Amino acid sequence: MVKTETYTLNMGPQHPSTHGVLQVVLELDGELVIQAIPHMGYLHRGIEKLAESRTYTQFIPYTDRLDYVSSMGNNWGYCLAVEKLMGITVPERAEYLRIIMTELNRMASHLIFMGSLAIDLGASTGMMFGFRARERILDLFDMTCGARQTYNYIRFGGVSVDIPPQFIPELKRFLADFPAMLAEYHELLTGNEILYHRLKGTGVITAERALEIGLTGPALRASGVDYDIRKIEPYGIYDRFDFEVPLGKVGDCWDRYIGRMEEMKQSASIVAQALEQMPEGEVMTKIPKVIKPPIGDVYHSIENPRGELGFYIVSDGSTKPYRIHVRRPSFINLQVLNETCQGLLIGDVVAVLATLDSLMGEVDC
Amino acid sequence: MEISKLQTQEEQANELLQKNIILTSFDTVLKWARSNSLWPLSSGLACCAIEMMSAAAARFDLSRFGYEVFRASPRQADLLIVAGTLTWAMAGPLKRLYEQMPEPKYVIAMGSCANSGGPFADSYSVVPGVDKILPVDVYIPGCPPRPEALIHGMLELKRKIKHPEAARRKI
Repeated sequence: MVKTETYTLNMGPQHPSTHGVLQVVLELDGELVIQAIPHMGYLHRGIEKLAESRTYTQFIPYTDRLDYVSSMGNNWGYCLAVEKLMGITVPERAEYLRIIMTELNRMASHLIFMGSLAIDLGASTGMMFGFRARERILDLFDMTCGARQTYNYIRFGGVSVDIPPQFIPELKRFLADFPAMLAEYHELLTGNEILYHRLKGTGVITAERALEIGLTGPALRASGVDYDIRKIEPYGIYDRFDFEVPLGKVGDCWDRYIGRMEEMKQSASIVAQALEQMPEGEVMTKIPKVIKPPIGDVYHSIENPRGELGFYIVSDGSTKPYRIHVRRPSFINLQVLNETCQGLLIGDVVAVLATLDSLMGEVDC
Repeated sequence: MEISKLQTQEEQANELLQKNIILTSFDTVLKWARSNSLWPLSSGLACCAIEMMSAAAARFDLSRFGYEVFRASPRQADLLIVAGTLTWAMAGPLKRLYEQMPEPKYVIAMGSCANSGGPFADSYSVVPGVDKILPVDVYIPGCPPRPEALIHGMLELKRKIKHPEAARRKI
């Protein structure tokens, strides 16, 4: 009788498909995955600890570097939490600008997801297309706040600057081009037989298990759970927009992929609606020069491209936060990796990792 | 053999030489070849990695310079772009990656985290500058540097490889 034994394989911390410095220790039986245990901490920068020695305003740039492909959302989540604690209301125009920027950033983030999923599964052309459309969005951010990736744009009481005059025509041109771009990606990737067979039926997460583990964002909605904070607990002015939340049925990699592609379409529609309704006016309300929130604590969460991003802030009444805790969706979504990968082939681990779309900057914080 | 025939052969050889052969030192050719086809290791650490990917993607098109062959294995790479925050936990693996790369090898510190620790310089877990553990050839400032800055940095490295004396400290 042939006796077989399992062996251990280290995937990472330097691996092109782990989206950063994640180490996955795989226990394999031939090509079959028995266990896939993620080892995190290779990018732990101690942001939560650093927050205690920074003023409230100084911490905004750090939120940029948490989930570095959707920085606008991070800025917004943190600012909303502090504004909630201090009772600051934001001017109308700033609310609209925040929504436009965050939804554009959601599209940029999902485009990166699409590109990296394609390159992880061997279609390097997909990455080129994803980055091509993303550059158009980055141009818009660049002309507004001067940065391509870490914006520091959304501040307490509004946004840092108003949009330049060439922003709106450029954005309209992009929104007009976007459906054709999306159709092209669908033709390139969604219609691709290899991609379909790699994703369909792999890495199924049931709705019950997803809820138990605390999955949020597109990964949860792919399992069929209708949970989107923009709908359930609308922050900002999300209640004024008409959009749908795409849901999956099975919770496999394919549903997670299609869900994100649909979300991009919805985001484009939100941006178009916001552009129509946006009033003229101030973009920044009067706030005190030194931010000193009252003693107390606050939690506020928003729907980021990767899931529910929450900021828990404890204030002792001084200029620096006593403690900041960030509920990072990537970190919690990654916990499902081991049980999802069990019984799959080694090549499918990459597909599961890519569709969970965890970003190491946010996982390790 | 007749003298006239010999002369014509020599003339022909001279003509060929003028057309196809360049006289130079072996060293210059090596430097020229190395500087024009750097193979970077695809080892993104944090935020700067996204800008590194942007530099390789369609708009900035790093392949114009011959640097687009991102290798997943350090054995095939000769340029380590440290793109992002280096933590003490990652310092060991990164050093090992560097040691696994064949000679000659170069290091680019991309972004303020790799240069000096950047905004995380006073954190307990961050290496304040990658030059604490590796010899760095080119520093690129920025948080993150734009893809143009990365391309400029790689062209500076090209200049350094071609003319090492340009980087030598004057005493």
